[in-house]
Amino acid sequence: MSCGPRQPGACLVQIKGMEGTTHASNELAGTITTVEPTTEKEARSEEDLDVPWQVVVHNDPVNLMSYVTMVFQRVFGYPREKAERHMLEVHHKGRSVLWSGMRERAELYVQQLHGYLLLATLEKAC
Amino acid sequence: MEIRRRKDQIELSELDPFLAELLRQIPASADPGGVPAAEQRLFSPPTNGKKETEMCAEWKMYVEPELRRLFQTATQTVAADLEQLNRNEKAFANRVLRIPTKHADAWLSALNQARLVIAAKNNFTENELNDHFRSPIGSRRDLSLFQVNFYGFLQEFILRELEC
Repeated sequence: MSCGPRQPGACLVQIKGMEGTTHASNELAGTITTVEPTTEKEARSEEDLDVPWQVVVHNDPVNLMSYVTMVFQRVFGYPREKAERHMLEVHHKGRSVLWSGMRERAELYVQQLHGYLLLATLEKAC
Repeated sequence: MEIRRRKDQIELSELDPFLAELLRQIPASADPGGVPAAEQRLFSPPTNGKKETEMCAEWKMYVEPELRRLFQTATQTVAADLEQLNRNEKAFANRVLRIPTKHADAWLSALNQARLVIAAKNNFTENELNDHFRSPIGSRRDLSLFQVNFYGFLQEFILRELEC
């Protein structure tokens, strides 16, 4: 699993039992350095992985309705009617669940929405 | 002021010195300038969950710098386009600004940043923001509100052109 900066929080889970020993040889010096395998922690509970996560967009009085609709179309690939329905839900009810599923993908969506300056959060589905 | 699409450009003509100055202010207005409310609006937390402190910390460390770069790139593109307004012409003559349509996304972002930062710094209420016909401009706060609405009008036009 890659642990690049684009996936915050996505790399806390590391698989146990991936033990292996890496040998780095230094032929000139005639020595072999043994690198101990890293002990990896399971930092996220199974529940975290099983429970779907929701991408929620919250109302804010500054963003234009047409702009929010365009962002939903671009980020989620929704057709205009569906994007408008979600935009109106945000406008009237204060929030709308745009997507639900695996945490990593949900994080990526929230990051994209923040890139468009929308107020978006990640929530565990009830 | 007139605004129209000309091939692969959006042209703002008959720009009087006041509107030209408001346009010049976009990059500066988009800068939160260390004001906490503005910083918090541009870089909002990824979750409202109080237990998710680790996620928030990682977000700050990895995502926020990327967002800063993204926003900065957009304002730099807009600042470069705005150089057209600084040419050595008569100070009070009306100006023309041509925005390449390939810069439309950068303009949408910079205008949005500016609107959000101005609104956060002034703590505008929803009622104030929805009062599009407020006039005349009698205070610094009125001017800021006019700025938010003017930038919103430009955003709407650019969005409409993107749909065409």
